[in-house]
Amino acid sequence: MITLLKNGKIYDPAHGKDGVVEDIYIHQGRIVPKPLDNAKISQTFDLAGKVVMAGAIDMHSHIGGGKVNIARMMLPEYQQQYQLKQAQELKNSSDPEAHICTPHCSHHATPSATDTGFRYIEMGYTAAFEPAISPVNARQAHLEMGDTPMIDKGGYAMLGNDDYFLRMLAAKKDQKAINDYVAWILHATQAIGIKVVNPGGINAFKFNQRRLNLDENNVHYQVSPREILQSLSKAVHDLGIAKPLHVHCNNLGAAGNFETTLNTMSASDGLPMHLTHIQFHSYGTEGDKKFSSAAAQIAEALNKHKHITADVGQILFNQTVTASGDSMMQHLNAKHANPKKSVIMDIECDAGCGVLPFKYRDQNYVNALQWAIGLEIFLSVEDPWRIFLTTDHPNGAPFTSYPHLIRLLMDKSFRNEAFAKLNLDAQAMSNLTSLEREYSLYEIAIMTRAGASKLIGLNDRGHLGVGASADITVYTDQADREAMFSKPDYVFKNGELVVRNGQVVKVVWGSTHTAKPAFDIGVEKDLKDYFDKYQTMQMDNFKISDDEISDDGRGSIVVHKQ
Amino acid sequence: MKKTTSLTFPIAASCPACGLLCDDVILTSAAPVDLKNACAKGITFFEQSFQTGANESPSIAGKPCDLTTAIRKAADILSKSKSALFAGLGTEVQGMRAIMRLAEETNATLDHMHSDSTVRNTLTMQNGGWLTTTLAEVKNRADVILAIGTDIATSHPRFFEKTVWNTESLFNKPTPEVIYLGVPAEKTQASISPNGTKPTVIAADLDKIPEIVNALNALLVNKKLKAETVGSVPVTTLLALVDKLKAAQYLVAVWSASSFKFTHAELTIQSIVQLINQLNETSRAAGLPLNSGDGDSSVNNTSTWLSGYPTRSRYVDGKPEYDTYHFSISQQLKSCDALLWVSTFNPHPPPESEAPTIVIGHPGMRFKYEPDVFIPVGIPGVDHTGLMFRLDSSITLPLKKLRDSQLPKLSDVINHIEAALLSTDKVSLD
Repeated sequence: MITLLKNGKIYDPAHGKDGVVEDIYIHQGRIVPKPLDNAKISQTFDLAGKVVMAGAIDMHSHIGGGKVNIARMMLPEYQQQYQLKQAQELKNSSDPEAHICTPHCSHHATPSATDTGFRYIEMGYTAAFEPAISPVNARQAHLEMGDTPMIDKGGYAMLGNDDYFLRMLAAKKDQKAINDYVAWILHATQAIGIKVVNPGGINAFKFNQRRLNLDENNVHYQVSPREILQSLSKAVHDLGIAKPLHVHCNNLGAAGNFETTLNTMSASDGLPMHLTHIQFHSYGTEGDKKFSSAAAQIAEALNKHKHITADVGQILFNQTVTASGDSMMQHLNAKHANPKKSVIMDIECDAGCGVLPFKYRDQNYVNALQWAIGLEIFLSVEDPWRIFLTTDHPNGAPFTSYPHLIRLLMDKSFRNEAFAKLNLDAQAMSNLTSLEREYSLYEIAIMTRAGASKLIGLNDRGHLGVGASADITVYTDQADREAMFSKPDYVFKNGELVVRNGQVVKVVWGSTHTAKPAFDIGVEKDLKDYFDKYQTMQMDNFKISDDEISDDGRGSIVVHKQ
Repeated sequence: MKKTTSLTFPIAASCPACGLLCDDVILTSAAPVDLKNACAKGITFFEQSFQTGANESPSIAGKPCDLTTAIRKAADILSKSKSALFAGLGTEVQGMRAIMRLAEETNATLDHMHSDSTVRNTLTMQNGGWLTTTLAEVKNRADVILAIGTDIATSHPRFFEKTVWNTESLFNKPTPEVIYLGVPAEKTQASISPNGTKPTVIAADLDKIPEIVNALNALLVNKKLKAETVGSVPVTTLLALVDKLKAAQYLVAVWSASSFKFTHAELTIQSIVQLINQLNETSRAAGLPLNSGDGDSSVNNTSTWLSGYPTRSRYVDGKPEYDTYHFSISQQLKSCDALLWVSTFNPHPPPESEAPTIVIGHPGMRFKYEPDVFIPVGIPGVDHTGLMFRLDSSITLPLKKLRDSQLPKLSDVINHIEAALLSTDKVSLD
């Protein structure tokens, strides 16, 4: 059975296609070359004038695992309000905090697994990656992602605060031993990348340290975040996985943290690193309020350091919840929680977490400036292949607000109108209106498709070339980009039509993407001893087998090789 | 699982008998049950499990029938129901996944049998949050353990052996000091370490715990108390305790919501959380809420990621709703028009109900009044595999199949009921 998508305007940056009119043929879930003239075409979609892109890929979104579920559990009142709003169709009301949002911005920060899959696919996203899987909690993360329909998923396993790794580093174990451990973690947790959150800091918090700078030592192990970053970025590089080390820098959210971020860029000695939700790490200390934008310095450094990629972690105004592995900084920030509550955890000599609700307000100086800082970074980083569109869902805003964010990037007058409504002191501290740039459809396709796929190493996703998995989104070209990106005409998942006019028409289940580099299984000898002595579970039970993901008849594992 | 395992002893197993979920238990023989590393509670669980037949038959009103007939009858009851209550919910993740789908299909209300206890913790967490820790952190970091109103060992027997008496720890810490508050001295014997170290016991009546914890909070922030005793405990004792808590490198405060059998216990838990938060201003401290069992942590976690809410929730036309008071078993029994009771780990019988009752559960369950339908199913971790959350919710472990069994899995039975229900719907539509 061959499906023909006819006459669409193709935006496929992986192949340099910028709005060319072409046909796409789909057979058995993949994009195939034009068949022979006598081949039977079973289904044809006439897409004349429509915008055709690969399915979008969210390379950083907290969609599953312990802290996401804690966020759901601790905020029942928020979900009830959300449902009430939906029921009463109050989304157009004049809620002062939401006046920048439009009806398309549903702002649901704690969707269930089912809703997560549905809301993503309805916007034309066909994959999302959970960026903070704590290895001991990986089974739960995969259970939740396994119950997330419609989209592909995968995750990055967190290292660098686990006592096993820090012991190795303190004992100056050779890089090969570190590499074997990192590879073992990728296998055991069924992850596709490695992340480090507040390198060494989460661990240091357990020893009662309250801040950790890049060159400051963890009191117990006497190793610094810089050494952790060097070791882990080298391991990721040596193992040959595509996804660069995913780095949540030290000093999240603290005024003046941009210097840590700038210094972090050089910590890997030129090896690739990805700095995540960089907006939260781009703060200066200028002005009366000692909080200012350092977006210009950060963007300049990003433009210069070609080995560094970043996603923004844009904030948008409204109620949301921040769920982070960074127990140290979340504990420090707990006083800003709104409503005032926080769940902080030390987890299993492995990780930590901190979950706090937040309400970003456009009349609040800091929040307004955070909003502007994110956009300044987007507009000042020159290479769209090295900057990614995220809100760090749900930390800056729910992923459902992506269409709104896309409009802010593509529509200068819309952006400037929004800016004019912000806290006036914040306006005075931002150069946003002097940034003339408007993103093109091609650049949006890079950030949300081709670039993300290349970064993670998905090979057959994020592009529309022959052999690609037929994850395809079709939009009506509209001047209102928010409306356009909120409601695609069609979404195809593995070649099947699953969304029509923004509504799910068929429920499907995506794959789990992983990377499994070769390693010396001899690493298990020491690990087994470590588990037996210090952990509270058996090493064998720490490992997640392929069957656990694929045995229910709907999940499947894709292993990506470079 | 479809795969049949050829079982050869010894088998390493995870024990679902309590929230510690010990996965170092080794079954060396099933008849008689011979276990290595198991506690009394674990031995009881496995003995009880292996004593029950692996081929018990379903019944309708006490009369044996085949599985298909029982499933059809259950579907029939649910098809006529408008406000079904799915209660007990003694199951693991896979069972709960199936139950959630059926609940959505039937607009049912969901409540776990131990929610009265769980809700005390959940309300606290939803009101102000908390700062908690997990077992391996206790094992490697804790130097002081404060057990409030619980002896710990009765509900979680291997707690001390596994996380307190360990001779090796990552940071070479000494064996922690165990301090009991509000626990009778005779119940603290199980915490005496193998080398004879005894706990510190601050005796007090359980119902005095609220005021004692409040007093500790006051003393911690240097408020002077006019009283000389609080809940019969001398203030000097409490002051000495506060000094110990402040001096601890890593204090772990343990409580069990199920033992807090006094009104508005959530406020006392909140007060414990406040104590922990205040200590964290200058030193490190964390809480460890114990759970009650019968899969409570598993069921509430699964429910939360599937619907957005823990149990005491319901579906209305696909939309989940949550209410910790109205959706309780005791409230819903007053008005539900069908009761589906699930208890797979233990033979806990259903509460009495006027409504037609379907019981799916432990094959050893016995009834005062025969339910309309009884479907015995496999015991997770004995008759079939499963997935289970530990008490600290961060760890999920696989349960193993330990015997050849004819008993169906709960999730399969529920899925069949759902299928029968959908086909009934079709018939009636035609």
